[in-house]
Amino acid sequence: MRRIVASREMLLLVAIALLLGLVSTRFPGFVEPANLVAVFNDTSPLILLAIGQMVVILTKCIDLSVAANLALSGMVAAMTNLAVPDAPIVAILLVATGFGTILGMINGVLVWKLDIPPIVVTLGTMTIFRGTIFLLTEGKWVNSHEMTHAFKAFPRTELLGLPVLAWAAVAVVVLFSVIMTRTTLGRAFYAVGGNPNAAAYVGIDVGRTKFWAFTISGGIAGLTGYLWVSRFAVAYVDIAGGFELDVVAACVIGGVSIMGGIGSVPGALLGALFLGVIKNALPVVNISPFWQLAISGGAIIIAVALNAQANRERGRIILKRAEHAA
Amino acid sequence: MSAPASPDIAPLLSLQGITKEFPGVRALSNVSLNIYPGRVTALVGENGAGKSTVVKILTGIYQPNAGDILVEGQPTLFATPQSAEGAGVTAIHQETVLFDQLSVAENIFLGHAPRDRFGLIDIGKMADSARRILAEIGARIDPSHKLQDLGTANKHLVAIARALSIDARVVIMDEPTAALSHKEIEELYDLVEELKAQGKAILFISHKFEEIFRIADFYTVYRDGRMVGEGPIAEITEPELVKLMVGRDVSQIFPERVHNIGDEILRVEGFEHPTEFAEIEFTLRKGEILGFYGLVGAGRSEFMQALFGVTRPSGGSVEIEGAPISIGSPADAVANGIVYVPEDRGRQGAIGALPIFQNVTLPSLAQTSRHGFLRLAEEFRRAREYTERLDLRAASLDTNVGDLSGGNQQKVVIAKWLATKPKIIILDEPTKGIDIGSKAAVHAFMAELAAQGLAVIMVSSEIPEVLGMCDRVIVMREGRMAAELTGADLRPETLIHHAAGIREANA
Repeated sequence: MRRIVASREMLLLVAIALLLGLVSTRFPGFVEPANLVAVFNDTSPLILLAIGQMVVILTKCIDLSVAANLALSGMVAAMTNLAVPDAPIVAILLVATGFGTILGMINGVLVWKLDIPPIVVTLGTMTIFRGTIFLLTEGKWVNSHEMTHAFKAFPRTELLGLPVLAWAAVAVVVLFSVIMTRTTLGRAFYAVGGNPNAAAYVGIDVGRTKFWAFTISGGIAGLTGYLWVSRFAVAYVDIAGGFELDVVAACVIGGVSIMGGIGSVPGALLGALFLGVIKNALPVVNISPFWQLAISGGAIIIAVALNAQANRERGRIILKRAEHAA
Repeated sequence: MSAPASPDIAPLLSLQGITKEFPGVRALSNVSLNIYPGRVTALVGENGAGKSTVVKILTGIYQPNAGDILVEGQPTLFATPQSAEGAGVTAIHQETVLFDQLSVAENIFLGHAPRDRFGLIDIGKMADSARRILAEIGARIDPSHKLQDLGTANKHLVAIARALSIDARVVIMDEPTAALSHKEIEELYDLVEELKAQGKAILFISHKFEEIFRIADFYTVYRDGRMVGEGPIAEITEPELVKLMVGRDVSQIFPERVHNIGDEILRVEGFEHPTEFAEIEFTLRKGEILGFYGLVGAGRSEFMQALFGVTRPSGGSVEIEGAPISIGSPADAVANGIVYVPEDRGRQGAIGALPIFQNVTLPSLAQTSRHGFLRLAEEFRRAREYTERLDLRAASLDTNVGDLSGGNQQKVVIAKWLATKPKIIILDEPTKGIDIGSKAAVHAFMAELAAQGLAVIMVSSEIPEVLGMCDRVIVMREGRMAAELTGADLRPETLIHHAAGIREANA
C-alpha cells in the first residue's frame, strides 16, 4: 500500500510537471521562478485548509465548515483590527487562530458527544458561521481603507524571497509532516480512521481523536481566515464561498481516502498544488474558466477511480507466494 | 453412509454428492440430504460442520463444485436465488433478512407483488393477500404496519408468511427458535405442525436436542463437511446423535503442555449484565489455560468484552492478584495487565491500512513514545522482537497488515497484545478461519505462554481445541455457567451435554 501511495505522489508530481511543461510551450513566462512563487503563494490558502481537512478525513469524518470558518475568523480578525488598530499582528494571529480553533472544537464536540454524522454537523455549522458574519456586520463589508497598513502588509511581507502567506503554508506542511508521522496523536488519527473498533480495543478514545481532528482543521481555517482577509484587504459574508469543495477535492486528488485511514501530508500538498496550477495556468493560455472547472472535475474523478483501484478488495491472501510479494 | 432413510415416501428435494470448495478449504465433501413432503428433517452438526453452506446451496446463493440437486427426482440447477425460489425453496434465517422500513405487506410480497393492469403494484390486492396469508398462519399482525414496529417473534411470522406467499414447497428454518421466548417457541412449533399438515417439506436446523426430538421426523448429521448419518428420528437416541456429531478421528496434534500452575491471579465474582450474562464466577491461576466452551450465542464473547471494559457489566467484582480493580475501558484493562484478542480480526483486531510495526506497537505506544513523540527505532525493535517470537514471516515490518494472510494477521494481533507484557491474555476463537499450519503455531505459542506463567483464557467452539489445550473448561449456556470441568470430565460428550442443556444419559 505504501508503494501505491508513493507512486500516487509521483504520479501527481509528474502530472504537475507535465502541466507546467505544456503551459510553458505557449507561455514561457509561466515557469519562471518569480511566477512559480506567485502560483505557490496563491495556492497557499488551499494548501493550508487541505492539510487540516486531510486530518479530518483520515478519521472517517469531513469538515464542510472550513470555508465558512475562514470567513468568520477573518471577519473577527478584521473587526479586531478596526476596534483596536494598535493591536500587534501577533495578537491578531492569535485571535484569528484561537477563534477558528473554538469553531473547530464546536464541530468536534458535536461529533464526539452527540454522535451526529460529521457531514450533517458541519453542513449546519457552515450555515451558522456564515449567518453569524451577517449578524456581526449586518451584511456590511470591512474595506481596505478601514484596515491598518500593518494588518494588510503582513501576508505580503517577503522573507527570503517568499511572502509570509507562502511561509505559513510551508510551516504548516512541515509541522504536520512531523505530527502525522512522529507523534502518538498522528498515529491515533490513522488508527481511528483505519479501523475504529480496533482502535477502541487498544484504548484509543475514538471520539476524542475526532474532536482533535476538527480542532486542528478549525485552527488552521482561523489562521487562514486572517491571511485571506488581509491579503485581499476585504472582509464580507461571502468570502471563500464554496471553497470547502476545492479543499475536499485537493485531498481526494492527493490520495486521501474518503473512507478514512489513508492519506499523507505530501499527498494533500500535491493535490492542492495540482488544483492551484490548473487554476493559474489555464487563464494564461486562454482556456475558458469553464474548461478549467471541467478539468478540475475530471481530475477528481480520475483520482477517485485510482483510489478505488488501489483500495479494491484483492480477496483473501491464501497463496504464500502472493503474501511475500506484497 | 446409511441406507435411504425412508423408502415409503419419495423426497421432494434431495442433494446428492454435493461438494463445495472455497479457495484452500473444502466446506462440503460429497454430502447428501433428503427433505420429504409433509415431514420435518433436522440437520444437525457442530459449528463449521457445513450446515450454512448447504443452506446457501439450497437457496441458490452458492453453486456446488460437484453433485446434483434433485427436485422431485429431476436434476435442477439453482443458479440464482430466484431460481431456487422458483422451484419453491425458501429459507427463514436466524436473523430475519427483511426490511425494517417497509410495511408487513411489502415485506411479504417484495419481488413478486401483484400487479394491476398498468403494471403497477396493486396495493389493495397485496394488502388483502397479505391479510389472508397472515390469518392462515394464525398471526394477528396488521399488514400495513411497518416491520420495525414488530417484535422478533412477529418478524419471524412475517418471514414465514413470505415463504408461503411464494407458494413454497420446501421451507428451511435456520435456528428459528434461537431468539424467541418460551411461549413464542410453542407457537412456532404449532406453526411447523400446520406447515407439515399442508404438505410442505421442512428442513429444520437446530442445536437444541429437545426440539429436534420433539418436532423432527428425520435427522441428518454433518461433521466437518461430510454427512455421517441420517435416518428416522425414532430410531436414534440423544447420546447416539451426540456421538455422531462429535465422534471424529483425532487428526490434530496438540503441543505438549508444561503444567506449571502457580498462584491465583484473577478472581471474578457475581459478574452480570442485564441482558447478556449472569452469575459468572471463577478464578484463574498463573500458567493455567482456562477454556470457555459453549454454543454460539451462549454469552462467552459478551462476558469477555465486559471483562475487558468494552461494555459495562451491571454488577460483579474483579480482583487481580488479590487486589480489587475497576475496569471502565479497554485502556484500564490493558493497564491492569489484561488483554483481549477478539474473535473478529477484521473488525476489532488489525488495522489493515497500517504497516505491521505500527499495528504491533499501537497498544503500547506509551512505552515507545516520549512526550507524545514516537520513537520509530524502538517501535521497530519491539515489533521485530514480538513478531519473531510468533514466527511471523513477512517481507518487511513495513508491509501493511491488510496484505497478510489470515493466519499472519492473527499473529500480528497476538503480537501487539504480547508487547504490552500482559498478565492475563484472553483469546477469543484464536484459530477460527486460519489454516492448519498457523493453527499449530498459535497452539504452540499458547502452550509456551502458559509455561512462562501467563494466565490464558481461551474462548473456543472447537471441541478438539478445547480438550487439547485447556487445563480446565467452563461451559456456558444461555448466559450462565453451566459447568466447570476438569480432568476426567473433559470429554466431548460432557461438553456437548452441558452446552446444549441435555441430561447425560449414561451418567
